[in-house]
Amino acid sequence: MGHPVHLVIDGQQHDLIVDARTTLLDALRDHLGNMSPKKGCDHGQCGACTVLVDGRRLNSCLLLAVSLDGAEVLTSEGLAPDGELSDLHQAFLEQDAFQCGYCTPGQICSAAGMLREAADGRPSVVTEDTDPGGPVELTEDEIRERMSGNLCRCGAYVNIVAAVQQAAAAQPGTGEAGR
Amino acid sequence: MALVLTHEDALRLADTEDGELAILQDEGIGFRGQYLGAVLAETPETARHGADLVEITTDVAPHDAHFRHDHPQVREAEGGADDVETGDVEAALAAAEIVVDQRYSTPLEHNNPMEPHTTIARWDGEELTLWTSTQGVHPARQALAPILGIEPEQLRIISPHVGGGFGSKGVPHADMMLTALAARAVPGRTVKYAVSRQHMFAITGYRPATSQHFRIGAGPDGTITAFVLEAVSSSSHTKEFPEEAIKPSRQMYAGEHRRITQRLLPLDIAVPSWMRAPGEASGMVGLEMVMDELAEACGLDPIELRARNEPVLDPDTGLPFNQRRLLDCLREGAERFGWAERDPRPRARREGGWLIGTGVASATYPASRQPGSQARIRLTAGSYEVGIGAADLGTGTWTALTQVAADALEVDPEQITLQIGDTSLPNATVAGGSTGLASWGTAVMAAAQTFRREHGRAPSDGAESTGEAEENPAEEELAMHSYGAHFAQVSVQETTGEIRVDRMLGMFSAGRIINPRTARSQFLGGMTMGVGMALHEKGELDPRFGHVVNHDLAEYHVPVNADIRSLEVHWLDEEDPQAGPLGARGIGEIGIVGAAAAIANAAHHATGVRVRDLPLFGSDFLPR
Ligand code: FES
Ligand code: FES
Repeated sequence: MGHPVHLVIDGQQHDLIVDARTTLLDALRDHLGNMSPKKGCDHGQCGACTVLVDGRRLNSCLLLAVSLDGAEVLTSEGLAPDGELSDLHQAFLEQDAFQCGYCTPGQICSAAGMLREAADGRPSVVTEDTDPGGPVELTEDEIRERMSGNLCRCGAYVNIVAAVQQAAAAQPGTGEAGR
Repeated sequence: MALVLTHEDALRLADTEDGELAILQDEGIGFRGQYLGAVLAETPETARHGADLVEITTDVAPHDAHFRHDHPQVREAEGGADDVETGDVEAALAAAEIVVDQRYSTPLEHNNPMEPHTTIARWDGEELTLWTSTQGVHPARQALAPILGIEPEQLRIISPHVGGGFGSKGVPHADMMLTALAARAVPGRTVKYAVSRQHMFAITGYRPATSQHFRIGAGPDGTITAFVLEAVSSSSHTKEFPEEAIKPSRQMYAGEHRRITQRLLPLDIAVPSWMRAPGEASGMVGLEMVMDELAEACGLDPIELRARNEPVLDPDTGLPFNQRRLLDCLREGAERFGWAERDPRPRARREGGWLIGTGVASATYPASRQPGSQARIRLTAGSYEVGIGAADLGTGTWTALTQVAADALEVDPEQITLQIGDTSLPNATVAGGSTGLASWGTAVMAAAQTFRREHGRAPSDGAESTGEAEENPAEEELAMHSYGAHFAQVSVQETTGEIRVDRMLGMFSAGRIINPRTARSQFLGGMTMGVGMALHEKGELDPRFGHVVNHDLAEYHVPVNADIRSLEVHWLDEEDPQAGPLGARGIGEIGIVGAAAAIANAAHHATGVRVRDLPLFGSDFLPR
């Protein structure tokens, strides 16, 4: 008993028949063999499965694949087409922003989405009220706050913040470091 | 749906001694969350739905799931550590001018690696292959094969990458056995089972609760004359595991009259197991907090108190210490942290509604090397293939062993092809007890030496040698431990009690640091988990049913990015020739040891409130 759905994953067109209960995460991993997003909880509590859906960072374990007909999905792997590392990937490597790496694809997608949000001027709870609008300045506190949906049990947070700062500095204000 | 497996039709195990692994053998239920059956299906959705449809009827028997240190069934652990009893502690306590008598507790803590435990199994005839995530393929094989009634050679375990373990993948748990049994029911077919995050709280081990009662007698100059620690940890009737909180107290500080005892209380709850620095991490919570209280009682700086109780010989074994540089860590750490500017009075610093304080605690972890690891080196098409069944849990084994092999063979790292995580490779000991790299690295170095001796500097293709890590004879003659010091600054919000760790600094003495980059990350990771231990982590056991109520990552809190601010890591530049040819002691665990106590001590300094039960909650600091 399947349902047809059309998805664009990391730039590739896919037509799938999925169970109505199949999440985007399971569709990616079990149906398409895209092992980039990880399953840490299956309940939207850890961020390991974070992908970009039509440019927004979302937990793919909380999305039903059937509801996403026509969506464009980018995984961390898709952010590095043909192994060409993005500024973010490069910064994560240079700052040793991971240990086991299990949370990393989610961290990268989350960071890519977050840089875009900050560039678009979307405030977080730590953004000063007096902020005049325009791109939010990415202080360490802003990065920590905005990256707190992605758990890292290995405890690489200090280095993750450094990596996101490095990537943001590479293309200031554009939110394009993930590309 | 394909199949429902229960105790009625599962494979009869050859050995049911291990209550945790002997699943689906009879009708008994040891604890809530135990495996009672399995549903096999073609898709995970169907399997999960099928499992929901299964009805289980139970008879309720009396059970006990409430941990208390004064429970009548508290008893000695089977095969546990011996009691320490020297001198006359009661007389020494009675004579002591200063006595600190306090009880501390640590709760259930759950490893929660980000990668849940997952196994894929397939039986081909009488041979079983497991693709899984484990901290030791060979030890797992050694544990599972006899229970399944097969020879070790009939079981292959493959685990080249591990998404974090922190001890929870150190010994095989029931999920691996369940997958093997399920696959047995469909020979030749591949069965995959991923433990859900919720179920990990019952199946994959956790750090049991501890109660630590200290009574310390000292002279007015801070010299400890009497030292009593009575520790009790929670355990399971299904399988016994003591959390030996007494371990660090045996060797940390001097004291003539000593009594140190470890007991446990078996309950009808899930089976506890290793979690990062079992024994040390929990034991240093109590010890380093009671030392802080003793310093306060004596009017001494906490670092000075530790200096005055620095033992000459190991109080536990009577052996000389090997490179005990605790005081160097405390003093150099203090210098870097700016400890000297501290006003020792509690509740002395207030800024914008926040009370600010600083605290210190020692760190320690035993240094040892496990004998028995073997490595094989083979020259293939100009590349040195180095094979050993070691594990990389994010600890950097792939990098560090490549580096060790390259150094030992005196070639570029690019010329090394490392192979790990497979029982078809030479035997390796477990990645546990911070022994991994020292043990495997010693085997790789031995293999490299043999290789050069047998094949010279211009070996021909196919040349091959093996080497083995022997026992370290120095461990018989020296008390070998790593040491460290944690410094923390915390802020506690006066009206809400909210507590933040503003900055932490760790200073470690761990022998030679093989890869500074991955080592720093290891220390940082340990300290980060220490923040969790201090402020967040607590499995809430329901005494009625014996399960952990907050069994997911929304309710069981671990540190998130915003909880971690400035963390600094330093180490003493040293080598430890006694530890072995690598000159290195382990570093995977010491980063967490003492970290929580430093934070708790800082919270006391900030507020004047002493909280002796972890984790610290905001409500602890509000006026009563
Ligand atoms: S797997 Fe989706 S948030 Fe954890
Ligand atoms: S790197 Fe292991 S969980 Fe983040």
